Amino acid sequence: MTAVEARPRRSRAAPAFVAGYVILLVAFGVVPTVYAIYFAFTDSGGAFAGLANFAVGAADFRFLPAIGHVAGYLLCWLAALVVFVVALALLLHRLGARGVSRTLRFLYYLPGALAGAASVLVWLFLLDPAVSPIGFLLRALGYQTFGQVIAPGNLPVLFAAIAFWTGAGGWIVVMYGALNTISPEVLEAARIDGAGAWQTARRIQIPLLRKWIVYMVILSFAGGTQLFVEPQLLSQASVGVAGRDYSPNQLSYDFAFQNDNVNTAAAISVELLVVGLVVAAVFVVRSGFFDAD
Amino acid sequence: MRTERAVPTLLRATVLGLFAVFFMLPVIWLVLAATKTDDQLVHDNPLSFGSWSALRANWDALTGYQSGAILVWLRNSAVYSFVALAITLCVVVPAGYALAVTEFRGRRTLLVATLVVMLMPNATLVVPLFLEVNAVHLIGSMWSIILPYACYPFGVYLAYIYFGAALPRELLDAAKLDGCSEFAAFRHIALPLAAPVVALVGFFSFVANWTNYYLPYVLLPGSDQVPVQVGLGTLLDNVPQFNPTAGALAVQRPEVALATLLAITPVLLVFLFSQRFLVAGLLAGATKD
Repeated sequence: MTAVEARPRRSRAAPAFVAGYVILLVAFGVVPTVYAIYFAFTDSGGAFAGLANFAVGAADFRFLPAIGHVAGYLLCWLAALVVFVVALALLLHRLGARGVSRTLRFLYYLPGALAGAASVLVWLFLLDPAVSPIGFLLRALGYQTFGQVIAPGNLPVLFAAIAFWTGAGGWIVVMYGALNTISPEVLEAARIDGAGAWQTARRIQIPLLRKWIVYMVILSFAGGTQLFVEPQLLSQASVGVAGRDYSPNQLSYDFAFQNDNVNTAAAISVELLVVGLVVAAVFVVRSGFFDAD
Repeated sequence: MRTERAVPTLLRATVLGLFAVFFMLPVIWLVLAATKTDDQLVHDNPLSFGSWSALRANWDALTGYQSGAILVWLRNSAVYSFVALAITLCVVVPAGYALAVTEFRGRRTLLVATLVVMLMPNATLVVPLFLEVNAVHLIGSMWSIILPYACYPFGVYLAYIYFGAALPRELLDAAKLDGCSEFAAFRHIALPLAAPVVALVGFFSFVANWTNYYLPYVLLPGSDQVPVQVGLGTLLDNVPQFNPTAGALAVQRPEVALATLLAITPVLLVFLFSQRFLVAGLLAGATKD
């Protein structure tokens, strides 16, 4: 990603160009971060509280289960992403008919338009055997009612399926684009040397994709730890039976708005923030995004 | 030889086809569900068309819910997304330009901060943002949503990459030598070239803002202020099959399907119209090495 080659010129006008952005970045990036840290380390009276808020959060009976839930969800989702996104991108890339390939990519990408609450609503219907277009499949698996489908043990897989459904298409497009950067001569040479599709994928294409796979996993991991809308809407749809306080983010929300304990809410936010920052830092160091500088 | 190749081809087509079904079936079902009565939704073939009159009835019932709440929500979504987008573009394009072609104090810090905030999931800061907005007594103001939306480091990053690659440096230097101010150079050289990055930033910013749920859910207390994403959650609360305690305001499932369709239509349209440039843009991002 080294787009900027020449050394930039000194400019006295530059501050005026970046001023608006800097104000927004400070107001909505830096200040809330500092504010969260302040709340996390003080009590309701504003006095320094050390790690007390973190201890309250960690001691809450919902805390460890919430982390376990998100871990299970991440495992399912990231595994599905890596395996299927790479496989589908490779299959699409070998497809001779370019029009078909482009159409398929678009169809895979389309559910991205339903990101957020819309995807959850669609999947609530999909998982209700009474109205689902895959009701026969659910019944074949032994599920007769919506309540059985959303049993706690199934939730990591279900949330992973929703996230995969909305997000995989974008990554397939990216991987496909990366595959296109391999020169046809290299692939042709591999073919003449007798390499089959599997050999070519394993020795040439997947090594080239590795950078993008790492990128996908890191960003998805960071995003996945923030799970909120899926369990929140599911808990609404099941009258709190499933999905309530399912993720750390929901727990933070509940501490802030149900328990009136913003300090513990902030402590959990800070923990999530640290995860996000660590992930971002790892990525910055590994990828050399701004190498040109 | 021929049969050896035919099997993998068939297998490949099957896998690609199955995934096409996986991705598209829910969307097709959703479109059809909006044309049915609740009874048809349960008893008819899931992939059958209901009737135009049922669609009409669903529309009437949906828009009748709290006397047109769905339209208010859609309008809110549009206002938040478009105003934020306008601010984002005004802020992001010059910032990306300055970061790409000029040197100034704090430039590197700004680049790193941009990257870090861009890579952090935006849900991370929602509760802290609430605390901040609450402290300055802006809870309930539409600016408490619009301004955080308008802060869009990913857009700055896109503009930075784009200007870094697309601007002919000699031209800028020549303009400078001719006594052109930095503002004039930006206006006459960079801005006319900015269309692709405006489109790209516009696309990602609009989609991200339109589909955001968590931030408005937390920051907007009034039900007449929420965007359609949060509104969908409200509708869901009033579906008897999902919430047996739903009372007088009961909402039928096909109405929720119709509301969901309305909620996604703008993004769907953006997807359809931007497919070509978007793929090209993503590829540009994917291939720049």
